Amino acid sequence: MKRLITLAALAIVFGCGSAQAQYTDGIIKIGVMNDMSGTYSDLSGQGSVIAARMAVEDFGAAAKGMKVEIVGADHQNKPDVGSNVVRTWIDVDKVDVIVDVPTSSVALAVNEIVRDKNKVFLVSGAAASDLTGAKCTPNTIHWTYDTWALANGTGKAIVKTGGDTWFFLTADYAFGRALERDTAAVVEKNGGKVLGKVRHPFPGTDFSSFLLQAQASKAKIIGLANAGADTINSIKQASEFGITQGGQNLAALLAFITDVHALGLQTAQGLIMTEAWYWDLNDANREFAKKFAPQDKGVHPTMVHAGVYSAVTHYLKAVEALKSDADGKAVVAKMKEMPTDDKLFGKGVVRADGRKIHPMYLFEVKKPAESKAPWDYYKLRATIPADEAFRPLAEGGCPLVKS
Amino acid sequence: MFELLGISSQALFGQLLIGLINGSFYALLSLGLAVIFGMLNIINFTHGAQYMLGAFTAYFLLQYAGLGYWWAIVLAPVVVGLSGIIVERLFLQWLYKLDHLYGLLLTFGLALIFEGTFRNFFGSSGLPYSVPSALQGGQNLGFMFLPNYRAWVVVFSLAVCLTTWFVIERTKLGSYLRAATENPTLVRAFGINVPRMITLTYGFGVALAALAGVMAAPVYNVSPQMGANLIIVVFAVVVIGGMGSIMGAILTGFGLGLIEGLTKVFFPEASNTVIFIIMAIVLLIRPAGLFGRGA
Repeated sequence: MKRLITLAALAIVFGCGSAQAQYTDGIIKIGVMNDMSGTYSDLSGQGSVIAARMAVEDFGAAAKGMKVEIVGADHQNKPDVGSNVVRTWIDVDKVDVIVDVPTSSVALAVNEIVRDKNKVFLVSGAAASDLTGAKCTPNTIHWTYDTWALANGTGKAIVKTGGDTWFFLTADYAFGRALERDTAAVVEKNGGKVLGKVRHPFPGTDFSSFLLQAQASKAKIIGLANAGADTINSIKQASEFGITQGGQNLAALLAFITDVHALGLQTAQGLIMTEAWYWDLNDANREFAKKFAPQDKGVHPTMVHAGVYSAVTHYLKAVEALKSDADGKAVVAKMKEMPTDDKLFGKGVVRADGRKIHPMYLFEVKKPAESKAPWDYYKLRATIPADEAFRPLAEGGCPLVKS
Repeated sequence: MFELLGISSQALFGQLLIGLINGSFYALLSLGLAVIFGMLNIINFTHGAQYMLGAFTAYFLLQYAGLGYWWAIVLAPVVVGLSGIIVERLFLQWLYKLDHLYGLLLTFGLALIFEGTFRNFFGSSGLPYSVPSALQGGQNLGFMFLPNYRAWVVVFSLAVCLTTWFVIERTKLGSYLRAATENPTLVRAFGINVPRMITLTYGFGVALAALAGVMAAPVYNVSPQMGANLIIVVFAVVVIGGMGSIMGAILTGFGLGLIEGLTKVFFPEASNTVIFIIMAIVLLIRPAGLFGRGA
């Protein structure tokens, strides 16, 4: 049955691809690949395609004589499906740059293919910090956030306010393991202790059993190293089983504004989370959200969407400067050389290991009474300055850094 | 208290109870599937989508009509059951004489259409639905904190399952139903409207799925994929129990919930696969399933 679904999906993907495969040298082709139907489709999905399109429009590509085309595809959170799409895109459809790709296991697979084919890979949705660590390549830039930054933001803040014993509930794949590893390191470095962990299959539905194990550990903090619907269900069920009332606290290590929306403020209030971007932080962001939401069924942009916008903008600048998109390595080198500057992320840089550097923000979810409008969900607790927000260059173990 | 493989008896009891709670969803869903397969010979792949429709109907009732959980538990099965009757009249009634595969493909396609439509309008993160106020809070059992709502789920689904079993296996109406599947022509000769009975049976099976959906709404998120994740497991449950066996579906539903619960303690990584491993073993030893009457 699964194969049947996969085949049908591939047929659709290939169908769309070949219909638009009239490549001429003048076209810059952007492939936005992510989860368009599953657990991550609200936080990335069609919204990322919209964000990419807005970036191309705001850049004024048409007026500058650059012909840009955007294609989208669903990787269904499966590395094999994602790899097939990317190979077809690059070999047949002449796609020049792959953007977004949440689900770290898929992103790590794409990372290798893009390097082999010498194209460009701009990661917004995926989290594993390995993408700029041991697995870094000269063709990949990790744009929006990563597991190290999340751990450093949320983990540190919680340990410093007394949450010094932890139990992890981890999604059993590349992302969950990376997030658990990076957070455990932060907890221990700041004097906390990890009492235990349980790894649940991805995606899961019932977490009560795992939550009871977490409860039995007597840890002060239950760290949720999962994402999307898994996080939503974990939080919902934790409140049902009286875990938070019992004195233990939850740390949603990766949560998006779409998750808070799905939970409702009644359940989500008080959660602390680290994000790279929030639509209500300043006027430029609000204006972007106002344009974005009507195109995406009222969904307000997540940091992943904003990251796609910012990454595509910088990519177009580099290609414009080079007057060529042919050599992926050269484009990425140019992107690292030029400082970044766009209306959503402001000024920043791309580091030698491919890590985009900008401030991160620690938010707290508002109480229902504090929220004045739909999607008014966060209070800013702290700004983590750009030079502290990401893993120091020397500690990642990226081979590109030594040379 | 005693300990087993490093896990205290307290934790173990808690996990068993949770297994039972999940098992009651499996039982309720596999019961509907078993009823439909037993009476119509249709492998109803739309079941997961109909479960999802039940949950969404509950959400709509609350959001747009102000009708809460107790109304939903009555109205949602009726509404979704009626939609099932329409599906049966429009599509399924033409397939009874064909191979199972046609019914499977049709219902699978319908499931994809339902789920895709809802995803298009409501996204994938889901919508919030809270526990009814009368069932909020919980009891401290000493070994675990049991939310009142979960206790209600176990008791209520057990009652529904046993009533269904009783009606089909022990009443006159049930005997008509069973006779109609054995030999429809003969039963018709006694003046019983067999096609209508079959239509209503399908509607009832679908209503059971919707009921499970309403009960799941406060526990899991109301989302378009909520059924897709569950339906494969439920099919395995039905296969293990024996296709078409009512009691088999109920017992294996609860039983596999327990086994899955234990796997989550001893080897959590395998908790998604354990049911399928059991299915493979059962199929090797008893191809008709544990309670199947054999081909």
